[in-house]
Amino acid sequence: MSFREPHELHKRRSGRNIGLGLVLAAFVAIVFGMTVVKVTRGDMEPPRATPTPQEAGS
Amino acid sequence: MSDASINTQANDGEAGFGDYFALLKPRVMSLVVFTALVGLLAAPVGVHPMIAFASVLFIAVGGGASGALNMWWDADIDQVMKRTASRPVPSGRVTADEALAIGLTLSAFAVVMLWLASNAVAAGLLAFTIFFYAVVYTMWLKRWTPQNIVIGGAAGAFPPMIGWAVATGGISLESVLMFALVFMWTPPHFWALALFMNSDYEKAGVPMLTVTHGRRSTRVHILVYTILLAPLAIGAGFTAIGGPIYLTVSAVLNGLFLLGAVKIWRRDEDVAGADNYRTEKSFFGLSLLYLFLHFGAILAEAALRPFGMGGW
Repeated sequence: MSFREPHELHKRRSGRNIGLGLVLAAFVAIVFGMTVVKVTRGDMEPPRATPTPQEAGS
Repeated sequence: MSDASINTQANDGEAGFGDYFALLKPRVMSLVVFTALVGLLAAPVGVHPMIAFASVLFIAVGGGASGALNMWWDADIDQVMKRTASRPVPSGRVTADEALAIGLTLSAFAVVMLWLASNAVAAGLLAFTIFFYAVVYTMWLKRWTPQNIVIGGAAGAFPPMIGWAVATGGISLESVLMFALVFMWTPPHFWALALFMNSDYEKAGVPMLTVTHGRRSTRVHILVYTILLAPLAIGAGFTAIGGPIYLTVSAVLNGLFLLGAVKIWRRDEDVAGADNYRTEKSFFGLSLLYLFLHFGAILAEAALRPFGMGGW
């Protein structure tokens, strides 16, 4: 059984799909990285309305 | 159904990934990335490397998006000019509608993502930059006034300011000076190009200074803008982004740039035509080096600062 040589058009389409896939994967990685940085730095914590007892005492 | 008929049907709108990437003007994007990164690193506030990387990437995507919008609007004149005829839209590889859709989507995406990654000031500046380049420059000024390059140059001057805003969350004298450096550099850079690519703009009906006011006037304009640029570029060396390295580099480059501008001013068309615009072409080449080395020097000052060497 022999497969036909893929046409140039299919190669182009496949290249486009792979490219888009890589872009999406990179986007996921960037959003994940940004989230990790922001969460570990405490950027995502909601502001406290009232001071803690330690803060009030100092 | 034969192979031939399948291919005829499927060939419409089957651009490759590279064609879509070319829509974002990668060469312009590389300048955006470089100047935005310098603006970000020269700022007195440190930024986490991950946030810095993501922010510069989103600034670049925003710049690319405005490039796609520019290609959508300018497809008719791009087709006429030799320099731009092979771009994805005029060459037919990507449709104008696709360019518009990609441009609008990526613009919104870049602004929102930059806001999430950094702050509202940086995102607002990016949104304004895209608006300025796509609407004020491309749709309005470019085909209307020979000062198109001067005012439109502001769009290319914003990235270092955006980079600075990513770090500091605001605008300051230093970031305005980086903006001014690119802003004042743009007219002599493009007019030198227009001097030896004149027939292209004339054919497309773009009111370049060379077409509307003649080449003599363009040569005078190049000299005047270069004279105005020099004190501004050197003056930035005395602020927080400057230092001995920047000042030395800037003094040398401005000396050479002024010399080139004087040479261009003294030449007439017969002399320029005889040596195939050698002086104009070398001035254009120098202008690229001029901007790269100025921002490279700002970067060097910032990089040496932690070791107690950069800056004043």
